[in-house]
Amino acid sequence: MSGALHITLDWSDWIALFQHFFTMSMLSVGGAVSTLPEMHRFLVDQHHWLSEAQFNASVAIGQASPGPNILFIVLLGWNIGINTGSIVAALGAVITVMSGILIPSTTIALFASKWLTINNHLRGVRAFKLGMAPVVVALLISTGWILAGIHPQGEWHLWVLTLLSALLIWRTRIHMLWLLGAGALLGWFGII
Amino acid sequence: MPHPIPKSPLDLFWSFTLIALQGFGGVVAIVQRELVDKKQWLTQEEFIEEWAVAQLLPGPNVVNLSLILGERYFGVRGALASLAGMLLFPAVIALLLAVFYGIYASHPGVAGAIRGMSAVAAGLILATGLKMLAGLQSNALGKTLCAVIGAACFVSIALLRWPLLPVLLVLGTLSGGMVYYRLKAS
Repeated sequence: MSGALHITLDWSDWIALFQHFFTMSMLSVGGAVSTLPEMHRFLVDQHHWLSEAQFNASVAIGQASPGPNILFIVLLGWNIGINTGSIVAALGAVITVMSGILIPSTTIALFASKWLTINNHLRGVRAFKLGMAPVVVALLISTGWILAGIHPQGEWHLWVLTLLSALLIWRTRIHMLWLLGAGALLGWFGII
Repeated sequence: MPHPIPKSPLDLFWSFTLIALQGFGGVVAIVQRELVDKKQWLTQEEFIEEWAVAQLLPGPNVVNLSLILGERYFGVRGALASLAGMLLFPAVIALLLAVFYGIYASHPGVAGAIRGMSAVAAGLILATGLKMLAGLQSNALGKTLCAVIGAACFVSIALLRWPLLPVLLVLGTLSGGMVYYRLKAS
């Protein structure tokens, strides 16, 4: 990958790396993406463990990969490790950052969901879940809206493709991979 | 009528693996379709409730959702199986993509393909939200208030681009408070 650095990490650096992602995990309400600016500041600006190009490529590939967006953190870890010059360190860094980002939020999610299940009959819990329902549905529609709006060129035919796929998924049982494949082909041949 | 449920933690692992591997640019669309429309482990109403919880907890919302459901069916073993399903194979694929990124990044077709796929992915998320509207029909808030709260959320987030957390807190408290009052009355 372009823009690779040569760095060395001692034990205190490994601990700092783990601590950083551990903290980010607890702050990541609304998804890990909301903590991106802080990760950039820490990894690129402050410690120089990653180059700007590596950071941006990690985020872009994480988005393009199938699976949850949080995968970009796997790639951040991988590139930090690769910068020290070994595959073993790269795997170690992946495990370090992923445990950091997952342990707090996973623990909180498990305890919170257990508590909510046991107390599901309480009026407060019912009110919270039912009250949040219209908010989270509107939030999803907003997310789709925002994602459709930030097409790099913002051209009208990308909007048509977005609305057409929304309509097909909403109203038919067509498999999503067909639509994604069609989108990829249209883009590959420069039609959209 | 009883729900179908996952057979074992292994069933959860493979189900979430397949869901994650289909999820380009928005796993929630696939989760909704697989778990509600196809497998019917959850009704539309239950899915919205779980999603609300997953959304408000720290951490990635689809990962939280898989953990919550895994824990519900098979305790901690189920939660770990779901989590592993969501992350293991996708992480391997992401690493492979990263390793080969240097070769493909310069190809103009790749940039185009990613542009086309993100346009479709935006549509998938939009459709998921539209489908979930059906789950609001029987909400204790009533259709009018649901529409008002939903519209307020859309305007604040999509049009005014206000930050997520305060919007969620204000609208959630307002909406939850009204439901609380209505549940008392009935």
